[in-house]
Amino acid sequence: MSGEAVRRYVLAILAHVAVIVVWYVFVSYGHVPSFVMPTPVATVAALGGTNYDWIGNTLVTASEIFGGYFLAVIVGVIIAIAFSWSSVAEAAVMPLLVSLNMIPKVALGPLFIVWFSYGIMPNTIIAFSISFFPILLNTARGFREVEPELLELVRSLRSSKWQTFIKIQLPSALPYIFSGMKVGAILAVAGAIVGEFLGSSRGLGYLMLQVQVTLDTAAMFMAVILITLLGVILYGIVLGLERLVIVRDARVK
Amino acid sequence: MSTPVAKPFIRVNGLRKVYRKGNQEFLAISDATFEVAPGELVSLVGPSGCGKTTLLKVLAGLQDYDSGEARIGSATHPFDPSRDIGMVFQQALLLKWRRVLQNVMLPAEILGLPIRESRERAGELLAMVGLTGFEDKYPYELSGGMQQRAAIARALIHDPKLILMDEPFGALDALTREKMNLELLNIWKRSGKTILFVTHGISEAVFLGTRVIVLTASPARMADNIKIELPEPRTLDVKTSETFGEYSRRIYHLLGLG
Repeated sequence: MSGEAVRRYVLAILAHVAVIVVWYVFVSYGHVPSFVMPTPVATVAALGGTNYDWIGNTLVTASEIFGGYFLAVIVGVIIAIAFSWSSVAEAAVMPLLVSLNMIPKVALGPLFIVWFSYGIMPNTIIAFSISFFPILLNTARGFREVEPELLELVRSLRSSKWQTFIKIQLPSALPYIFSGMKVGAILAVAGAIVGEFLGSSRGLGYLMLQVQVTLDTAAMFMAVILITLLGVILYGIVLGLERLVIVRDARVK
Repeated sequence: MSTPVAKPFIRVNGLRKVYRKGNQEFLAISDATFEVAPGELVSLVGPSGCGKTTLLKVLAGLQDYDSGEARIGSATHPFDPSRDIGMVFQQALLLKWRRVLQNVMLPAEILGLPIRESRERAGELLAMVGLTGFEDKYPYELSGGMQQRAAIARALIHDPKLILMDEPFGALDALTREKMNLELLNIWKRSGKTILFVTHGISEAVFLGTRVIVLTASPARMADNIKIELPEPRTLDVKTSETFGEYSRRIYHLLGLG
């Protein structure tokens, strides 16, 4: 790592630490009541809360986020590939999907609960439906924006449809797929949590509603932090994959 | 080099191509008629919209045409449209995710040529275009001129009989362009390929071509087919010669510039 890179990492870490310090000083010396805002220490201590089942609830939320997101990536990319193979399919289905995308997915929550019953399933579906569109739209765009002359070059060699796809179209679209996946990752987290707010009996969103009643703000803080961490992990995985798969210059900035 | 009696490798006769968009018709080429002998380097020069790119695409089999004929190959020089065309465009169009050597290999992979031999050949071609030592670089690590040289190596990897070049040096700075012109002549001599070279640079067209075909826009037609006789080997000194000036002037006239 170059000195410049090290400096940037150090600065980034320092900024995070600074926020925690400011938070601590503000709450401890500003005499902020703990039900309004707990200290960082009290927040971490909330993990010791006996009947919150942190691990179980975190796993439930994680499975909703990761499950819905994974489904969105698979379905979004497959549909975009189908579009790239059939312009008729794209012309027919794309406008429909754009219209559907205008529906606030969260508004479908109560319906999903009716359709898929209560619990992990409807929340996974909400996470899916909210992260699916950016993945599909970006991927479809990636396939559309392949250099036409590049396609001519391989066509002049009479390349098969499969060769063109695997050697040119897919690698060209990959940076766009990842840029859609990054947007989708953030949305999937929001989708799962909103789903839990709407109706659920487990998960970190559900836990937040429970402790809200007892004004256990520290536990609410902790839940938010855990939700954020889940998002960071998902985003980190996507980022890591992107680094692994895509040559630096080819990434979408 | 070819003997004067050699059968033409390319024969274009009364070629006409019209683009249609709704009710509008746009004439891209009309009555293009010329022949290219095997091993020639023919320049196609003209302003934008004169149909020179369309002509290349027709020859590459990427575009159909309305009437006339465009035939490539002869009894002595058979032509297989799937593996005898190498193309170079204004943009190098290297695959960003592949290293230089892998980029050069692309046509060989598509045509299913033996990988090991092709890899060896790719190395030799990269040496010929002066890119030894850059095999494992990514395109973004190369200058524009170097990228274009890699693109030329890629066009040669499957040993095609015909190279179609569409303003290949149009995006390069003037000095690099001069240098690439000299290198192209060198590559052409060493490889013995038939090359069609599209450009809007009159001096470039004359300097490189054994013949220059002049195309005009509105009306899109073929204005002339000039045999260029300049001292060989051509060096940059040629450009200051009397004859060179005469050829250039003649083309300027045809294009309505002089």
